[in-house]
Amino acid sequence: MANVASRYLLPLGLALCLAPALNSAWAANDSAARPSAAERTFTHTLDNGMKIIVREDHRAPVMVSQVWYRVGSSYEHAGVTGVSHVLEHLMFKGTDKVPDGEFSKLIARYGGSENAFTSYDYTGYYQLMSATNLPLSIELEADRMQNAIMPDTAFTKEIEVVKEERRLRTDDKPNSVAYERFMAAAYLSSGYHNPVIGWMHDLDNMTAQDARSWYKKWYMPNNAILVVVGDVKAPEVFELAARYFGPIPRGELPKRPLNREVPGNGERRIEVAIPAKIPTLYVGYNVPGINTAADETDVYALRMLAGVLDGGYSARIETHMVRNQGIAASAGAGYGGFSLGDTLFYFSGVPAEGYSIEQLELAFNDQIETLQTELADPEELERVKAQIISGIIYQQDSISSQANQIGRMEAIGRSWQEADAMVEKLSAITPEQVQAAARKYLVANNKTVAVLNPQPL
Amino acid sequence: MSEQSKISRKTLSIMILVVSLFIVVLYNLPGSIKPGDGAEPGPIVTPILSEPLKERADGSKLTSLELIEQAESKPYKVRIESWNTPNGAKVLFVRAQEIPMLDVRVVFDAGAARDGELPGLAQLTSAMLTEGAGIADVDAIARHFEGLGANIDTGSYRDMAIVSLRTLSDAQYRDPALTLFYDVVAQPTFPASSLERLRQQMLLGLQQEKQSPGALAQKAFFQGLYPDLPYGIPPNGTEDSLTRISADDLRRFHEQHYVAANMVIAMIGDIERTQAELIALQLDSQLPKGRAAPTLESAQPLAEAREEHLEFPSSQTHIMVGGIGVKRGDPDWFALSVGNEILGAGGFSSRLTQIIRQDNGLAYSVYSHFIPMASEGPFLINLQTRNDQTQQALTLLNQTLQDFVENGPTEEELEAAKRHILGSFPLQTASNSNIVDYLGMIGFYQLPLNYLDTYIRNIEQVDANAIRQAFQRVVQTKALFTVTAGQQATAGE
Repeated sequence: MANVASRYLLPLGLALCLAPALNSAWAANDSAARPSAAERTFTHTLDNGMKIIVREDHRAPVMVSQVWYRVGSSYEHAGVTGVSHVLEHLMFKGTDKVPDGEFSKLIARYGGSENAFTSYDYTGYYQLMSATNLPLSIELEADRMQNAIMPDTAFTKEIEVVKEERRLRTDDKPNSVAYERFMAAAYLSSGYHNPVIGWMHDLDNMTAQDARSWYKKWYMPNNAILVVVGDVKAPEVFELAARYFGPIPRGELPKRPLNREVPGNGERRIEVAIPAKIPTLYVGYNVPGINTAADETDVYALRMLAGVLDGGYSARIETHMVRNQGIAASAGAGYGGFSLGDTLFYFSGVPAEGYSIEQLELAFNDQIETLQTELADPEELERVKAQIISGIIYQQDSISSQANQIGRMEAIGRSWQEADAMVEKLSAITPEQVQAAARKYLVANNKTVAVLNPQPL
Repeated sequence: MSEQSKISRKTLSIMILVVSLFIVVLYNLPGSIKPGDGAEPGPIVTPILSEPLKERADGSKLTSLELIEQAESKPYKVRIESWNTPNGAKVLFVRAQEIPMLDVRVVFDAGAARDGELPGLAQLTSAMLTEGAGIADVDAIARHFEGLGANIDTGSYRDMAIVSLRTLSDAQYRDPALTLFYDVVAQPTFPASSLERLRQQMLLGLQQEKQSPGALAQKAFFQGLYPDLPYGIPPNGTEDSLTRISADDLRRFHEQHYVAANMVIAMIGDIERTQAELIALQLDSQLPKGRAAPTLESAQPLAEAREEHLEFPSSQTHIMVGGIGVKRGDPDWFALSVGNEILGAGGFSSRLTQIIRQDNGLAYSVYSHFIPMASEGPFLINLQTRNDQTQQALTLLNQTLQDFVENGPTEEELEAAKRHILGSFPLQTASNSNIVDYLGMIGFYQLPLNYLDTYIRNIEQVDANAIRQAFQRVVQTKALFTVTAGQQATAGE
């Protein structure tokens, strides 16, 4: 039930469905009268450098308004891990104009729901409301972009809330603890090494000043993106943004981290021996992401590779490892290509009754070897594409997921339009390229293995 | 970066099988969405940049309030069409042409409340539907739907069993997806190899539950609250029952409960009424008429206060406090719903969040819930706090509840809560997903078809006195059930 909790830690995006435009072959489905999502999307940049993206969606008289800051836990240094997320909590503690508690009360009073999220590469704030209430949401966000107070007294209570959040989401969940250790082992030299919520001793040691300094350093219009999706008109949104965000001066933006990984120099293995019931295997291969790949084709080949392995119940892992061989009770694979820096191609699973973690890992290895030695069936690639294309259409049902997709791409320094191009780029990927990607990246030097080895509870 | 969500989604798929039942049942999936009504929003008023705005009477220094209060409203209404099939299934349909897709959802009164002597039977039956149907085996089913870009989902809760299809609405994709969907609903084959695999997964799910204090607390709460009602049955089964369930049990369960007279069909999408009628007719004709499931018995409130503690080596103690709540359609529902918003469901403005989280920093998440179901669903408050703060949190929780039941809300709280509920109504029906949830709920719980249209009036009519009386009738503060899961050993240190 923690999921209802507000102001939470976003455990990263949902599945990487990334392209609002329709593929030409499928566009026939869409009646000619309907303008595509891309045709309904408008961008504008204020003089102070703040970027605004509006997607008009007039199905219902509602809107979602999000402000994204290009800062997250991967920007943090030793000693202050978790500060992006603590700052996110403190952003609700009032300004001169809007006292502590008033922000949420105002949004509620005007029929809205609101929350915020922190991830590795970004921090975001949103309000979901009737479309007529957009001015309130924009004024409140503009106000706290520069005027948040964060008093010591509020910090003292809020840091305890954050620690309870850490206990709830991580410390009392064996799989979360194992995952945290896995990430720390797989990422050696980038900011992804540290958990988004921070290590407990850093939370214990944190001060309000740490959060205030972080706020001064990163919260400025030229490091922010406003995304509005819903029953609004783009020129009116631009005007509102100019009115409220416009007067905020541009700031001096610090250097961003590169978040690059050094070569693995061999396989890394760790054991996480904690009280638990279910053994679990985590395998990660260090691979480039969209911002770090020398050849962008590799990113789409890896995405396709992930689809062939785990693009649904008909994909290889479910079909072979879970159903036919029965080695895994549950297993999966994926690729997080849309990140600021380097990323992982990952596998995880729970062995079926009667099988060991070692056998599960061997079964993953078999799948990888098959992909490296034999070409994938073009039909498999077609199924992956079909799901991505329909997923893009289904995504239009939710204004929030449309806004999330736009914001995520922009927050890692890419264009929302690149998401548009994804279907075409994936369509161009051949079985040979999938094989080449498997050969190039899924190798021992890039590999980290973590095993959750259950101890008595 | 989507590693975390992906990994946890996959490794926890077993967990999800188990825990989603708890969570979803706690939210009572389609049922718990709070319909508000009314606020009819309109176009944004273009701000005139040069116009100086006066200070407001309420003292707020915000200039936008003026703008939004001037905004004109725009009518917005969900048009539901409804009819019955020849065999008596109720159909609810909304035509939505904006996106070229279609949602079809069938709901049967075939949840865990119908498990009988075999806990987990409803859930296993539901999970087995996509493992073999008609002439298609599990691989063929998966390839067929995924190749068409269609999503098929099965879900099993305490009251309901749900089978959902989302497909592109173009006939080229829709028709083949529907053809197999009918077989999944009506002609499952329950193959032995799949049964063994899913049985093992559910057994593993029970193991996984044992490493989660939250899941254990929820399970104990339902079992303790419903000693005589099938809501006490663990929907994810027991080790004993899961070992015993056979393919014949699944077949029998399906034959008895997946029948036309026990079915509701909800549809929304880019199809015409005649097409919707054909789909309903197909589902209807492939199933036997059968009988609607008998009405569940009423739940008995607790005679006296009870406490149950589960010792668990976690850093937090999970606390659940509650009792027997109300059925769907309870005459006091709107008063309880507004009151609950004020007490503990209204996010950061709720009393419980204010006192437990904001003022005292004791918990990340504290909420109160009424879960109206076919029989009396529970009322409950839950939070998690560091073990040594358990008593402090419990004391504050009980004081807050006691005070609210005795005195009800203030006029100011009442007004704010009503404004929130009414103002957020358009959000509750803003997507096809939201609407199909409502259609399923309205059909299943036999709520009036104008439920959404009358909601605004029903909320507006609630006053503080009605809330106080409704809470005093339903919430027995002298006979609450309290479950804690965590380390008592360190409590109070």
